[in-house]
Amino acid sequence: MTKAESPLTRLSAFFFRHRGLKLVLLLAVPLAWLIGVYLASLGSLLVQSFWRADELSPNPVHVWNLDNYREFLTGDSVYRSIVARTIGFAAITTLVDIVLAFPLAYYLTRVARPRTRRLMLVLITVPLFSSLIVRLYSVRLILDDGGILHSLLATFGLNVQIGFTELAMAIAFAYVWLPFMILPVYAALERVPGSLIEASRDLGAKGSTTFRTVVLPLAFPGVVAGSIFTFSLTLGDFITPAIVGGDNHQLIGSVVYSNFGIANNAPFAAAFATVPLVIMAVYLLAARRLGAFDHL
Amino acid sequence: MESRTTGSLLRIWSILVVLFLYVPLAVIVLYAFNRSNVQTWPIEHFSTRWFSVAWHDQEVRDAFVLSFKVACAATAVALVLGTAASFAVARYRFFGVNSVSFLVVIPIALPGVITGIALQSSFAVAGIPFSLWTIMIGHATFCIVIVFNNVIARLRRMQPSIEDASMDLGANGLQTFRYVLFPELRSALVAGGLLAFALSWDEVIVTIFTAGGNTTIPIWIWTGLRTGGSGSEINVVAAVVVVLSIVPVYCAQRLTTGTGDGRAAAEDVGTLAAVGGAQSSGA
Repeated sequence: MTKAESPLTRLSAFFFRHRGLKLVLLLAVPLAWLIGVYLASLGSLLVQSFWRADELSPNPVHVWNLDNYREFLTGDSVYRSIVARTIGFAAITTLVDIVLAFPLAYYLTRVARPRTRRLMLVLITVPLFSSLIVRLYSVRLILDDGGILHSLLATFGLNVQIGFTELAMAIAFAYVWLPFMILPVYAALERVPGSLIEASRDLGAKGSTTFRTVVLPLAFPGVVAGSIFTFSLTLGDFITPAIVGGDNHQLIGSVVYSNFGIANNAPFAAAFATVPLVIMAVYLLAARRLGAFDHL
Repeated sequence: MESRTTGSLLRIWSILVVLFLYVPLAVIVLYAFNRSNVQTWPIEHFSTRWFSVAWHDQEVRDAFVLSFKVACAATAVALVLGTAASFAVARYRFFGVNSVSFLVVIPIALPGVITGIALQSSFAVAGIPFSLWTIMIGHATFCIVIVFNNVIARLRRMQPSIEDASMDLGANGLQTFRYVLFPELRSALVAGGLLAFALSWDEVIVTIFTAGGNTTIPIWIWTGLRTGGSGSEINVVAAVVVVLSIVPVYCAQRLTTGTGDGRAAAEDVGTLAAVGGAQSSGA
């Protein structure tokens, strides 16, 4: 043991001998924040979902009941069609993003030079952190009547309305969530050892066979990870429908948002917010069943 | 490795996809210079008049200042909490160590609308008035994971023995951190901080619920778009926001991927992959 010379040294030595105490100090504030502020809020939200909204006051009536859940499970069918529409958008977005992302990720790992790869990775990551609302607004500017795409199509004699349609929403979703698909697929492909591909080739497999039987199965967990993002992000989004879809294409997020704020029915919003959670839980379990996480 | 044609096809496809990511951003910057207040294509006359309108708009100025303050405060909190948590997880074995990594990730893995309504109702119940601080609490909560992932990736590449060596040579804990750990961690901390800043700077979903009547820049754009505010001024603010958010992310990326070795690039992608991985392990 070191000779204690200053209080600091003594303190350090003390913590060296009591590693547990140091661990407690390191964890205390982060855990207090995440559990005390965040998990507690989520818990109270769940509790609220079993209460009833009061039309006369902003505070819910504390009467335990399942009415909020009954409302969308067996009540008005509009809620079920909104859930179906949201899942539909999530699925289409996921498929489009896989098609866009996979060749790019493959190019980055197996064709691009290191310099190009680094540059493109930076270029892909930047939009991930740029303003969601600005990116959606710019999509709207392009798709609206009088926007670039609309004008371009008009010069070819195609006068189609894209702005505020479901097509516009699908394009917008595919656009804003694309980096969330590219990066996990890239990360998975990067872990595929080049030697496996060479071995496959040495054993006489054609390029397409190698791709189908070696690359694709190994990249699958990355695709699933990406789809978890695109799914989860679409399930909770209310900004895209509001900015790009107009008011006619409500999604789960829109219902939660409008009930929580404008309609002043926080208990129903809280109950309906469990729908994306349950869908994601089912999705993750299914993915695990398929063995998607065995390689992660 | 790939045949020539396949290689070129892949290259063309990749360039098109990256263009797809950037065309809308370029369009917004172009529209910022549109003299007309009607947003149609092609833009007939270019001018900077809307920049000056936005510059003199007190509401826009206040929103910029608020966004900046929130992002700084959220980044500071995320740096402290994220670093502490990453040390605990990387350097100690304890019961529930995986739960800590999972806990850190939940705020960014759950849909923002859930985080938003949960925090808003808690603030309301606790009687906390909506202010810069409520916005900051929301942002810091989901920024912790960004710092956490950056720092933990670095810690896992460092030998824990250098800390023991430093202590053996007589340094106290503070000196070990100052002279041994910090220089190694510096770029990870800066990168994590920059990314956390960029995330907070642009965040809109959680902010809508935690801002009360306060207006950050994304909220100003959201309100403007919802209430049919001046499109021209929105264009200018949106363009500035995009350009300003590119700067910190670009710097962070250079810091972590610019070191030349291939594994650093993987570390960075890991920030995102880790979110996916942690999500999956939580099911």
